[in-house]
Amino acid sequence: MKTNISLVQQILQKDKGGKIVLLMLFFVVVFVAISNLLIPKDSFFYISTYTVTLLGKYLAFALLALALDLVWGFIGILSLGHGAFFALGGYSMGMYLMRQIGDRGVYGNAELPDFMVFMNLKELPWFWCGFDNFFFAAFMIAFVPALLAFIFGWLAFRSRVTGVYLSIITQALTYALMLAFFRNDMGFGGNNGLTDFKDILGFDLQSDGTRISLLVLSFLALLGGYIVSKYIINSRLGRVCIAIRDTESRVRFLGYKVEQYKLFIFVVSAILAGIAGALYVPQVGIINPSVFSPMFSIELVIWVAIGGRGTLYGAIIGAFIVNYASTYFTSALPEVWLYALGGLFVIVTLFLPKGAVGFIKKLNLKKYTEVSNASS
Amino acid sequence: MLLLEHDNTDNIGELKKGNRILYLDDVTVSFDGFKALNSLSLTIEYEELRCIIGANGAGKSTMMDVITGKTRPDTGNVVFGQAVDLLKMDEPAIAQIGIGRKFQKPTVFEGHSVFENLELAMKGDKRFFKTLFACMSGEQRDKIEEAMVLIGLKDFYKKEASILSHGQKQWLEIGMLLMQDPKVLLVDEPVAGMTPGEVEKTGQILTDLSKNHSVVVVEHDMEFIRSIAKKVTVLHEGSVLAEGSIKNIQENEKVRKVYLGE
Repeated sequence: MKTNISLVQQILQKDKGGKIVLLMLFFVVVFVAISNLLIPKDSFFYISTYTVTLLGKYLAFALLALALDLVWGFIGILSLGHGAFFALGGYSMGMYLMRQIGDRGVYGNAELPDFMVFMNLKELPWFWCGFDNFFFAAFMIAFVPALLAFIFGWLAFRSRVTGVYLSIITQALTYALMLAFFRNDMGFGGNNGLTDFKDILGFDLQSDGTRISLLVLSFLALLGGYIVSKYIINSRLGRVCIAIRDTESRVRFLGYKVEQYKLFIFVVSAILAGIAGALYVPQVGIINPSVFSPMFSIELVIWVAIGGRGTLYGAIIGAFIVNYASTYFTSALPEVWLYALGGLFVIVTLFLPKGAVGFIKKLNLKKYTEVSNASS
Repeated sequence: MLLLEHDNTDNIGELKKGNRILYLDDVTVSFDGFKALNSLSLTIEYEELRCIIGANGAGKSTMMDVITGKTRPDTGNVVFGQAVDLLKMDEPAIAQIGIGRKFQKPTVFEGHSVFENLELAMKGDKRFFKTLFACMSGEQRDKIEEAMVLIGLKDFYKKEASILSHGQKQWLEIGMLLMQDPKVLLVDEPVAGMTPGEVEKTGQILTDLSKNHSVVVVEHDMEFIRSIAKKVTVLHEGSVLAEGSIKNIQENEKVRKVYLGE
């Protein structure tokens, strides 16, 4: 255990920003958990379960943004279809949760989920087999996105598809999946998706305890994802990746098989995105094909751009800023939100090319130079 | 197709001064009918410093491309050492077996420090799962130090490559080549855009290198070639026009005709 801690310390050694962001999140999560569970409901300091769920959702999105920053910020693959991996992880979790409903659905059918009864299916499709088992589902949460990323990446990287072309193909990938999942006969609930979940591992999904546990789990997943990503970036492999991002052909001439590196990072990122999706679904209570929509994946790129690409913690900050703003605006001024998001993206691209993180760094630098100027 | 085969290192043969290390036999490359290389034949020996000159379009860069596996010739053979068929290998495999190339434009990894640039270029197992858990041994560290001394960038080892001057970037590139422990170094226009002082230093570095490697330099700058060259090959319209010592070349009538229009 002690060596584990020192390993983590070593990984985060020079990462001041990451430590600050993660520590802040840690305190927020602890604070929210305590205020929700231990403080009486009529107290001023009580935090509603709605807020808990919202925070959990942000954490899942932050993990997704982290996954995207890993491929975009460090090896230069701008994926405009990362929502697909998130959705696949989410659907895997959703299928498990559907099986947990049992005979408590509207039709009371213990064998089939409601939407299948509604569509006159006689028996469970083969790909639903095994999802009764949580461990099988947990495996599929990582495996399905990883498999898709592997096949897609293997084909794309081997043919040396890069840059804009690759981005467009990833976009097409998620769009194709969206259309497929919209079809009722796919067996994933069509445009309604999967919803009406009751419990997870026997715990009631609506109870405060479960919500808090999911919140804490989301935080731990984000922390774990961050440390894994950071470890990769700090290794020699990470340095090769950054070199690929900057000058791909040169790396090839040094004898590195660039495809392998891209594929590795792409698959790791897809797994992280899948886990994020799996944490998102039980907290939000629904998964439907809209998550596959290209719009969502593009928004995701905006989160990372706003936070600051290529820093990992910047992606987390970006996910929080944009999603908090989204929550606020969509209730306060719903018609303004999309314009605000677009405007924010334009402003960041024009004035803050390194995102919020770059802006903070610049402020610090200014302060530093002002101090040193004043002293000299 | 044996594209990925690079285990035939036994076929290189004995590496000693004077032995053949690179052999191009009757190589032809054409682009849309234009013959960039026209049955070019050329032999490079081990521990030799060879300069290759030629006008624009003489086929210098295409020759480099063929040797490094970037371009496939229409006909001909390219043999490394005694019997390694380079035409059966892909770019990474050719780099692995011991042919390093320095590009015309210095392309170092701008986001990385000098030390990291050299680390990435170091010979070793370059499969991704090995690099994920790679640790640097003392021996490797020494090798990097050694290269930094040779290229004169020891004081810059922590500095990002993006802040280096043009000449320093060229030297860093040469250092990166060196880290791959190549048998042959292909150096494309090393002194283009350098100050006289930098040119002199580059000549020194290349001469030092030719004591343990074969160095092939492609260059326009006659002054520079005169200062370093022992043997010069002149390319013209995709094949060898003349070969010999710098003195012979300068007196060669065919060369004078092509170059000076006499």
